[in-house]
Order: sequence, then structure tokens, then C-alpha cells
Amino acid sequence: MLRIKGGKVYDPVHGQAGVVRDVCIADGRIVENVSGGRVIDARGMVVLPGGVDIHTHIAGAAINFAREMIPEDHRRAVALVRTPARRAGIGGVAPSTFATGYMYASMGWTTIFEAAVPVLTAKHTHEELHDTPIVDKGCYLLIGNNEIVLDLLEAEDYERARHVVAWLLWAAKAYGLKAVNPGGVAAWKWGQNVRGLFEPVPGYQRVTPARIITALAQIAEDLRLPHPLHLHCNQLGLPGNFATTLETMKILEGRRAHLAHLQFHAYGGDDWTTFRSEAPRIAEYLNDHPNLTADAGAVLFGDTVTVTADGPWQYLLYRLTGHKWGNMDIENETGCGIVPYAYRQRNLVNAVQWAVGLELLLLVRDPWRIFLTTDHPNGGAFWRYPEVIRLLMDADYRRERLKALPPKALSRISLPDIDREYSLSEIVIITSAGPARALGLSHKGHLGVGADADIVIYDEDPDPGRMFARPRYVIKGGEVVVEDGEVRQTVLGREFVVRPNYDEAIEAFLQPLFEHYYTVSFANYPVELERVHPVEVRSLGE
Amino acid sequence: MGNREAMAGVITLRLREKPHVPLEAEVICPDVLVGKPREEIQALPVFLGKRTRRLGDFFDVEVDGDGEEIHLEGDLRRVRWVGRGMTRGRIVIRGDVGMHLGAFMQGGTIEVFGNAADWVGAEMTGGRIYVHGNAGGQVGAAYRGSPFGMQGGTILIEGSAGPEVGMRMRRGLIAVGGAVGDFAGLHMRGGTIFLFGPVGIRAGAWMVRGTIVAFRPITLLPTFLYACAYRPVFLRLYFRYLQDHGFPVPPEALNGTYQRYTGDTAVPGRGEVLQWIGDL
Repeated sequence: MLRIKGGKVYDPVHGQAGVVRDVCIADGRIVENVSGGRVIDARGMVVLPGGVDIHTHIAGAAINFAREMIPEDHRRAVALVRTPARRAGIGGVAPSTFATGYMYASMGWTTIFEAAVPVLTAKHTHEELHDTPIVDKGCYLLIGNNEIVLDLLEAEDYERARHVVAWLLWAAKAYGLKAVNPGGVAAWKWGQNVRGLFEPVPGYQRVTPARIITALAQIAEDLRLPHPLHLHCNQLGLPGNFATTLETMKILEGRRAHLAHLQFHAYGGDDWTTFRSEAPRIAEYLNDHPNLTADAGAVLFGDTVTVTADGPWQYLLYRLTGHKWGNMDIENETGCGIVPYAYRQRNLVNAVQWAVGLELLLLVRDPWRIFLTTDHPNGGAFWRYPEVIRLLMDADYRRERLKALPPKALSRISLPDIDREYSLSEIVIITSAGPARALGLSHKGHLGVGADADIVIYDEDPDPGRMFARPRYVIKGGEVVVEDGEVRQTVLGREFVVRPNYDEAIEAFLQPLFEHYYTVSFANYPVELERVHPVEVRSLGE
Repeated sequence: MGNREAMAGVITLRLREKPHVPLEAEVICPDVLVGKPREEIQALPVFLGKRTRRLGDFFDVEVDGDGEEIHLEGDLRRVRWVGRGMTRGRIVIRGDVGMHLGAFMQGGTIEVFGNAADWVGAEMTGGRIYVHGNAGGQVGAAYRGSPFGMQGGTILIEGSAGPEVGMRMRRGLIAVGGAVGDFAGLHMRGGTIFLFGPVGIRAGAWMVRGTIVAFRPITLLPTFLYACAYRPVFLRLYFRYLQDHGFPVPPEALNGTYQRYTGDTAVPGRGEVLQWIGDL
């Protein structure tokens, strides 16, 4: 039992902003009252629900390959030395598994979602998620370029496609559906990409990116998934791609969807020299369409490594930078590319990207529908979130930083004209309450009775960057895991998995396909539930 | 070695016996040692394998005045990281020294009367290293994963060197008097490498820019293109520089004709390989 006494509570779900009250905890949950137990004196401190990361890359084959590819980053990274409370690990732009858990927790984030998992390597993902301590977690299944699903869409057999998707989702023990450059990654297997949303995917007559997107968004709704289709739009990173992003939002026609790392999809211009921000137009559309949520995918200057299932884009990035390039998963139901990258302040394109992330966060009016991410590690490492928070809360600081951009960039962005400053409540929404709601996690992101006792307590500080970087206490599931920014004890987080409904007869359809085309036997393909532990399975009714 | 600055005093470190596992001693560096009394130097941390020890546990320390010169003596083959990141002063080593000598060095000089192991001057940005004996592989190279090797400074090896000499170097000068191993100038981005002895296979592979000058016949990759034969004037400036620093330059090199090859076109790159072909 635990009582957090006299802190200023920020709980936007219950309309509380700086309300001085006690928060009581028993059996890992928030309760009305407790008598006895430890008391944390939180006077002069702020009490927030733990952070929820809706989109990050922290477990599985792809990020692990990135770790292997960047020894130069490990040399300059923070080394986590073993203590009685934690294992050793390495920080940097792609921290090791245990370090990832410690670093998220010691920043005050207690729930995180790995955003890209192929079924074939899902076991690896779950092993690594298990080794990512303290935080609760889940993962999204890569489905937008799955050939079995695409073949069924070609045959216009939506019903069967729905059963197959549901079966695959359960086979991967995932929480949601993710589509990356729908059709484009399938084309990449022949060294190609897709152009518009309405041209057939190479190798198909009827299947277009638009068809894949609408079908999967519909399947997510029909299966009653707690999180809608998690969509990485086509044409990521390219000048002028905002048009594709707008088209994508339009063809969804009111279906729910979550647009991942929207920053990478809000660019204007015809080429790299005319590259500019179209964040206002994207934000305007989002403002008018409540079926959509998005996360920022903000960019921060400095070294990082880019990891995405978007194979063709990564090849292009490799050609642009001449840096190292890893291409993998081409034999899986997806693709994957890895390229180390440095965002430079003096580079016109990078400066615009930096501004676009902030513009989206500032121009989307409803904080419940845009969330703080850097698409870790693509736009910057997750442990740099406090830097983004400072940029959002302090317009003067933002103006100061704008002075360092190349003058040419200023005419390509609208950030200099934006005066909005986030309130602390709004920060809680974009980092915790909002993503929890978009994920359908009703016991996360708030401090009401019955919620998971995932709580972060900060010393009040006029500099939000400093404040968010070092919590005074972090409480996970009722246990005090971090004090003064240091991990004091390690608990195991649990994994969220959904069990959608599907017709068991679908296995009779899938098994022969497996025997023809796959390199693993049908029986060995799904992730056994016993592998995922501790686990919270949510069964989805008819 | 020329340009020897007058030193007021010397810090002498004498290794008592060869450690049984590698001893990582990056504190052996003028930036760290100079100005410290003997007791403080003895107490500096070194790593014997994974254990932290005192420098004085392994070395006899003598401090004579407050000069910026360090003398190292003994069987130092297992002593690593000497002069790491140094910016000034001078280290003189009598005996063979271990890996990573002068890695990340920014300034000052190191002179070795003996052999050095791998990674001499890796990722250095300035200063000068002179090895009178042989060196191991990866002289002036990039550490694994890094985009660039040495970005400035000079490394002079009178004897032989191992593989990957100047791997990914971007600027600066390397000269090797004896034989070098395979992949000299691998993925070179700039700078100059003089190879006076026999050269291993695949020199200049993935070379983007920079110059490799070879005095013995080398087998070039087929992705290098022949340009012309000529007598480059700029080489004399280099030879004079090498001679000024006491490096033995074969007299016939001074007045020869060189074949110029460009490559590696597989990257594609615009580096050059100059092959000495004698006096035509």
C-alpha cells in the first residue's frame, strides 16, 4: 500500500489540472483510500499518469540488426553499469533490451508499443519484449504487404481475408494491425515501389495501395480491435508526399485509423531543393476528421539510425547518404531497411523536417488525437522526448532554436508564426492519456480509481526539459521502481495481446499454402501463448 | 625525428613486468600526467582485464621537473591505449608497445623505438606518430562501424605494417617503409598513403578519394582505370617533408615516373593510385 501525499495531480481524463490531492495505491491499482503503508511526501511536486508510447521500435529482428550495425554508436553511448537493482546494458540510439526498459522507466514512461512485427520473427520480438523490464508493452503485426492477404484481396474474397488477418494476429500474439507502405514493400521484392494509391501493385491486377488500406481499416473495425489500423502511409520521406497522405486520409471515408509518424508524410515541394512543410494542410484535415489519430514522429538534430519495414525508401536513403545499408526481411511477409543517419541543423531538408514535427504537434488542435513520438529511433532516440516537450511548452525557446536554422529554411516552414505553448495538462494528454485512449487501454493514462498504478512524480521545474528528464519517483503497478532518476528495483511488465474471432476452418485453407510456400512448418509458425509472459489476453467478442 | 622541442623535464614510467592480461592505460598521456606529483600519478586508474588497478601497481614512476615528455620503458606489448586522445607533449617508448597507440590523438608526438601493435593512430585528428620498428594492422584506420579513420596528422612506420592500413582515412599522411598487408587504403575517403615496400592484395578497394603512392609493383583491382604516366611535382614536397622528419626515402623515388590509376570505379570513387615505374 502506498499513499502519494499532497502532490499537484494532473489527470486530464478527470479534468484535474494541478489539483492538490492524495493518490492511494493498493494491489497495483489506484484506490479510494488506504490506511497504513508507505507515504511519499509529494508536496511541491507534480503527479502524472505514466507515459504511453504508441509507436516505437525496441524489440525484434529489425532493431536488433540496427544494434549490430552501429558499434560506433555504442562507443559513444551511455554505459549502464550493473547495480543490485538492474543488469548492465548500453544506451545510445538503439539501446539494448534491458537498458530500453530502464531508460523508458527512468524517464517516466511505463507502457510502450513495438510498432513493426513480421509473424516469422515474432518469437524474437516477444523474447526481447520479455527482456524489456518494468514497462508494459505490446506489438503491431505487419500486414500491409502479406502475400496471402494480398492474393485474397485480388480474388475479392474479403471475408476470408478477414479470417486470415485475425488468425495471423493471434499467431503473432500481437495487439494491433500495422500497414507499412501498403503494396510498396510487396513491390520492393522485385526492386520496385508503388507510385500512386490507385495504380495496381506490381504482380496484381486489382490490388492497389488504396484497396489494401481500406480493406485493412475495415478488418480492424470488423474485428473490433481496441486500436485501429496503424498506418505508415505510402511515399514516406519524399518531397510532395503530403498529397498522398491527404488522399489516404480521404479514402478511409470515416473509418478509424492511426497515422504513424505523420511528420515523415507532410512534405511539399517537387524535389529536395524545393522541399517544404505542408504540415498546416495535413493538420487542417486531421482537425476536421475525428476518425483519425496520429503520432508526430518528430525529428531531433543529431545522430541516429533509421529502421523501417519500408525497404524501398531505405534503399533511396542509402543512395542519398552513402552510409551503411542493411536490407532484410525480404523473405518475410514484409521488408526492412536500416540506415544510420544524422539530422543536421544546417541542412535545409533536416531543418524543415525538424519544424514539421513541431508544427503538427502545435497545429493539430485536439491533443487527444496527436501523440508525442520520435518514431524511435528514426527521428531521434526516445530518451530525447524531454527535448520535444520543452520545445512545445516554451515558445521563446523555440524562437531561439529557429535562429540556428539555415535562413532559407524559414520561408519553407510555418513554425516561426506559431505562438501556441502546450500546458502541462496537454503534455499529459499527448504523452499518456491520449495514446492510452487510442490504444483502447482504459486502465492506463489516468489516475482515477481502478486505473493501473503507473504514476510519475516530478519535482516542479520551470524548465520542462529538465523536469521530464529526471523524475523524482516512478511507480509501476504500485511498486516504486525509480527514485531520483535511478532504477531502484526491477519489476516485470506484462504484454497486451488480443484474441480476435476467426473461423477455425481458416487453418484448412492456410495449411496447404504453408506447405507450398513457407520455409517453416505450419505447426511451428505461430507464437505459442506460453512464450508470452506475463500476458494479458483480451478476447474480442462477435 | 626532427622538430624536437626543448623539454624542461621528463616523467619516466618503467613497467616492472609484462602483465598476464592486457593492461588498458589511457592515463599514460601528457594531458593527464603532466603537472601531477609522483604519488598522484601512481594512484591513477588502469584496467587489468576487467579489474581497476593503480598505475603504480605496474610501473615505477619517476618525475623529473615539469616537462611535457613521458618516457616509457619495459615490455609494453600488453599495454594498450598509450597516448589516447593526447593533445600536446611527447611520448617516447623504448620497447614494443600494445594496441591502440595514439588512438584519437589530436596533437603532440609519439616516438617508438621498437614495434607497435594494431590500431596505431586510429581515428587520430592531429599530431605525429613515428614507429622505428613494425606496426600491426589498421594503422590510422576507422574503428569498426565508424565512417572515418584518421582525419589529420602524420603516421610514419619505418618497418612493416599489417592489413587495412589507412582504412577509411579522410585526411593526413601515412608512410610505411616496409611491407603492408592486404586492403591498404580500404574505403579511403582522402589523405595520402606512401607504401615503400611490397603491398598486399586489393589495395585501394572501395577508395572514394585520396592518394596511394606505391614503389613496388602492385596488383590493382580491375576496377581501377589507367590514366597516364607522369612526374608529379607535388610528390617532392612530400618526400622533403618525410626526410625532414628523418624518414628514409629511397633516392630513386625522388626522380621517377609514375603511372596514375583512378578508382575504385566500383564505388564509384575518384581516388588515385600512383605506381612508381622507375626512370623512363
